[in-house]
Amino acid sequence: MSVFLQFLFSGLTTGAVYAMVGLGFNIIYNATSIINLAQGEFVVIGGLMMWYFSEAMKLPFFISAILAVASTGLIGLLMERLTIRPVKKSDLLLMIMITIAVSIVLRGILMFKFGKDPYTYAPFTEGEPIHIYGAFIQQQTLWVIGITLFFIILIFLFFNKTMLGKAMKACAVNPVAARITGINVDKMVMLSFVLSAMMGAVAGIAVTPITLMEYDRGPMLAVKGFCAAIMGGLGRGRGSVIGGFIIGILESMTAGYIHSGAKDAVALVIILVILFFKPAGIFGSKTIADLRRF
Amino acid sequence: MQITNRNIFIGFSIIIIILPLIFTSSYSLSIATFSAINSLIAIGLCVLMGYAGQVSLGQAGFYGIGAYVSSILSIHLGLPVIFACIVAMIASALSAVILAIPALRLKGHYLAVATLGFGEIIHIILNEWGPGGPSGFGDIPRFNLFGFVFDTVMEYYYLSWFVVMIVMAFSINLINSRFGRALRSIHDSEIASNAMGVDVPKLKIKAFVLSAVFAALGGSLYAHYVTFISPSSFSLFQSVLVLMMVVVGGITNLWGAVVGSIIITILPELLREFKEYDILVYGIILILTLLFFNKGLVPIVIEKLQKVKP
Repeated sequence: MSVFLQFLFSGLTTGAVYAMVGLGFNIIYNATSIINLAQGEFVVIGGLMMWYFSEAMKLPFFISAILAVASTGLIGLLMERLTIRPVKKSDLLLMIMITIAVSIVLRGILMFKFGKDPYTYAPFTEGEPIHIYGAFIQQQTLWVIGITLFFIILIFLFFNKTMLGKAMKACAVNPVAARITGINVDKMVMLSFVLSAMMGAVAGIAVTPITLMEYDRGPMLAVKGFCAAIMGGLGRGRGSVIGGFIIGILESMTAGYIHSGAKDAVALVIILVILFFKPAGIFGSKTIADLRRF
Repeated sequence: MQITNRNIFIGFSIIIIILPLIFTSSYSLSIATFSAINSLIAIGLCVLMGYAGQVSLGQAGFYGIGAYVSSILSIHLGLPVIFACIVAMIASALSAVILAIPALRLKGHYLAVATLGFGEIIHIILNEWGPGGPSGFGDIPRFNLFGFVFDTVMEYYYLSWFVVMIVMAFSINLINSRFGRALRSIHDSEIASNAMGVDVPKLKIKAFVLSAVFAALGGSLYAHYVTFISPSSFSLFQSVLVLMMVVVGGITNLWGAVVGSIIITILPELLREFKEYDILVYGIILILTLLFFNKGLVPIVIEKLQKVKP
């Protein structure tokens, strides 16, 4: 029982990150139909910038966190301005390629700036791990899960209760119609990149004290987040959150009970099985998937 | 100016034949050989994506199956390399059928993630259970045919480009046949081609299998050239590279796949002097190409040449 709980907690931690990455995918996908494969780099940038501001520059915790999130948001903004906006035609393959190329450049910059070593900093709160039925749970794990849930709720409120969020959703449903009703679609696309970059940064900041962070973490995070988003059905925020947690927990169970090397394969096998039996994801609707171009 | 596939084919063959006379170093010939091997995978992907309109992020999986099956058979069963290579292509074709039947019901991002998942699973299997694990294995016999061993770089260069040209001739004929026209009709509209009596699922599977066979052929040639393979050559990054080759060269033209492969293979070598910053420069060049030449180099050049009056 205690071993099982231990695996569950570690699964929840990684799952929380996948959920945030998956949600980041969805924010951009909903506004643009683009899958941004540089999403994983946002998480890495968030973690490494936090280290830079709090450890290298010795700024107080809150100020460093705000600066790290803001600077990652700025990178999201630059990415949209410089590489997404100039390409007018919406070609699925071209867009995927561009985001991959951006992720290569971002990795290059990160390696140049931070080198290949992993970085970490002190957890948010000092203190002993908490015992639950013989399993240990680090305080930082609680922070990660708490922050994830907090931001997920915030995002849902934003999309469903605020005018700006509803305008962004409108762009996803029909950009032309949204433009006719007076919504500035270009601005919404830009905003979606900033928002999802900031989501990634928050995940990175929270998880770095547990998992450490190095420059080349991005691609694997992006693949897993992508799986989470697909599992939940693209465009379904709630689905991608649940998908992220499911993948995280199954991964940690596989690593613990079966074979540690098979951990990365499990998420992918599950995704394949789900796609084959329910092509629009667990929570996705086949009709909606058919109606969207990609 | 008249640009036909025939003219390009003849021109290209001449370049291939005389190139070793100009670049004699084994280093440059070796890069040219790798370009040929990458071309094979890229041509397959080009048929699949540019003509049938199906995305694949898992070509490295088939490439890996080709390399591993071919080398294991030739080492442990002592099969002649040519038979090992054929078996590897069959194995890759079978796995493509198994993947294609469910996967090709998907489209767009869902298909991309299914193929990506397949490629990564193959990579993980090779890593965990392949001979030698993550560090791979060596002593793979050189390619040989009727007792002739291709053991110099020059011989292998001619062998691999000869194979590329055969595959190219085959693919060009295929694209201009009834099969090719049906493929292009799927690319434009699946519903319309279905209505015209095209068996869409069957055709998609055929295109997918074809791309897998070409990739496996490339993998086998690779393994019997470098004689040492490890799973790191067959990762997601390789799939992405092949995708880059096809897109940079021009997805709507088979020659684009070859030109793109040559460029993407040579580029890292040219960037050697940037040392650790090569990945940065590489990424920036890619972004600029995608932003400003996103039709692909070959279609752009052909367009320009056709405007020139003789």
